[in-house]
Amino acid sequence: MIDKTRADTASCVTDIADGATILVGGFGGAGMPHELIDALIAKAPRDLTIVSNNAGNGTKGLAALLAAGLVRKMVCSFPRQADSFVFDELYRSGKVELELVPQGNLVERLRAGGAGIGAFFTPTGFGTPIAAGKETREIDGRQYVLEYPIRADYALIKAHQGDRWGNLVYRKTARNFGPVMATAARITIAQVEDIVPLGSLDPEAIVTPGAFVDRVVAIGTGAAQ
Amino acid sequence: MSSAATDFKPWTRIEMAQRIAADIPEGAVVNIGIGMPELVADCLPEDKEILLQSENGLIGMGPKPGPNAIDWDLINAGKQPVTLLPGGAIFDHVTSFTMMRGGHLDIAILGAFQVAENGDLANWATNDPNAIPAVGGAMDLAVGARQVFVMMEMLTKTGVSKLVQRCSYPLTGLGCVSRVYTDHAVLDVTEAGFSLRQLAPGLDLDTLRQRAGIAIQAP
Repeated sequence: MIDKTRADTASCVTDIADGATILVGGFGGAGMPHELIDALIAKAPRDLTIVSNNAGNGTKGLAALLAAGLVRKMVCSFPRQADSFVFDELYRSGKVELELVPQGNLVERLRAGGAGIGAFFTPTGFGTPIAAGKETREIDGRQYVLEYPIRADYALIKAHQGDRWGNLVYRKTARNFGPVMATAARITIAQVEDIVPLGSLDPEAIVTPGAFVDRVVAIGTGAAQ
Repeated sequence: MSSAATDFKPWTRIEMAQRIAADIPEGAVVNIGIGMPELVADCLPEDKEILLQSENGLIGMGPKPGPNAIDWDLINAGKQPVTLLPGGAIFDHVTSFTMMRGGHLDIAILGAFQVAENGDLANWATNDPNAIPAVGGAMDLAVGARQVFVMMEMLTKTGVSKLVQRCSYPLTGLGCVSRVYTDHAVLDVTEAGFSLRQLAPGLDLDTLRQRAGIAIQAP
C-alpha cells in the first residue's frame, strides 16, 4: 500500500542534511509552508541554499529560518520588502549570499529542472545586468539569453488538501510556486490543511499528481497567516 | 516662460491613474505593477470589462475586500488582499508567466526610475550600493506584454528629469516602453523619440521640453 502521509512535521525533515538545496513555496505569506519551516529550524541543518520568490516577511517562516543562521545562499526574485528586515540585515552584513533571478526565469528554471530540460533561451533580461556573462542568441530576429535549470534536494510546499498517494489541491493564490516546485526536487514534502481519503479528490481538479510528491503531513485548518 | 510655469498645475497621481484607465480598451488583459500603478485598479470605468492579471496567479482580479472579507490566500502582486470577479481564474506560476512572457497580455503598467527616448526602461535598481536589489516580474513584463505603459512623476524629488536619452540606471528591458504617463504630460515613445500626446493644464510644449531636458516631438 502506498502511504506518503507522515504523522508530524519533524519526521518529514529528519534526513535534510547540511548544505542541502531546498525549494520553499509561497509568494509572501500565501503558500508559505510555515510549519515545515519550523520543523526545519528545529532540525537545524546548516549552509542551506534556499530557492523562494521572496526572502522572508516579518519574523515567521523563511524570515525565522534566515534569523536562525542556517542559510548560506538565497535564490529569489524579490528580496526587498517593507517587512523583510531579517534578510536585509544579513545581506548587508555579508552573512548571506543572494542570487537575484527575474521571477519568470525562476519559474522557468524550476519548470526546466522538473521537466528534464537541459537549458532554455528566454528573452527576459536580455541587455540587462541579469544577462551579464551569459550566452545569448538571436532566434527569428529576437535576442534571447541562455538559462539553466534549477534542481533541488528538497521542496517544502503548502497545499490545501492531499491524500495518501500525495495528490494535492491548493487554495486560491496560495497555489503559486507549489506545483512547479513539486516537480523540481528529489524529495517533495507537502504540508496540507487536511488529508482526505483516497478517491475523494476530483481527478479533474487534482493540480499536483502524487507522483511528484513524497511526503504529506496534515497541519489542520487555520494555518494561514 | 515664467507665466507658463506659474499657471502650471501638475496632474495628481489619481488624475494620472484616471487618464491611464480611460485609455484601456474594453476586453484588454492588463497587468498592473506594484506601487503607483496600483491606483489604476481603483479608477477603471465600470462600464468596461477589463481583465486584471496578477503575476502570483490570478486573472479577473476585483477590488479590495471589505474588512470582514479578507482572505490572506487571495492576494495580489503587492501581497495585499484582493477579490476575484465572477469568471475570474486561479493558476500556478508557470501558467502566470506563460501569460506574461508569451505575449498574452495587452498592456503592462509599470513604475519607473528612468525611461529613455529609445524605449529602454530602468525600474528595478538604482546605483545605490546599499539598496537590496529586487526585480520580481518586471523584466518578464517588459519583454512579454504587447504594450508597456509607464506611470511616474516626470521629475525626481530633486528636480532631475526621469525622461532621458539613455538610462544611467540598470536596465529592465530594451526598447519596451510604448507610452509614458507623467504628472506633466502623456508621451508616446516613437521611432523619433518622445512624442507629445497630452499636456497638463497650464503647461506649454517649450516649458515641458525645458523641464524634461529632452527632445519632444509636437503631436
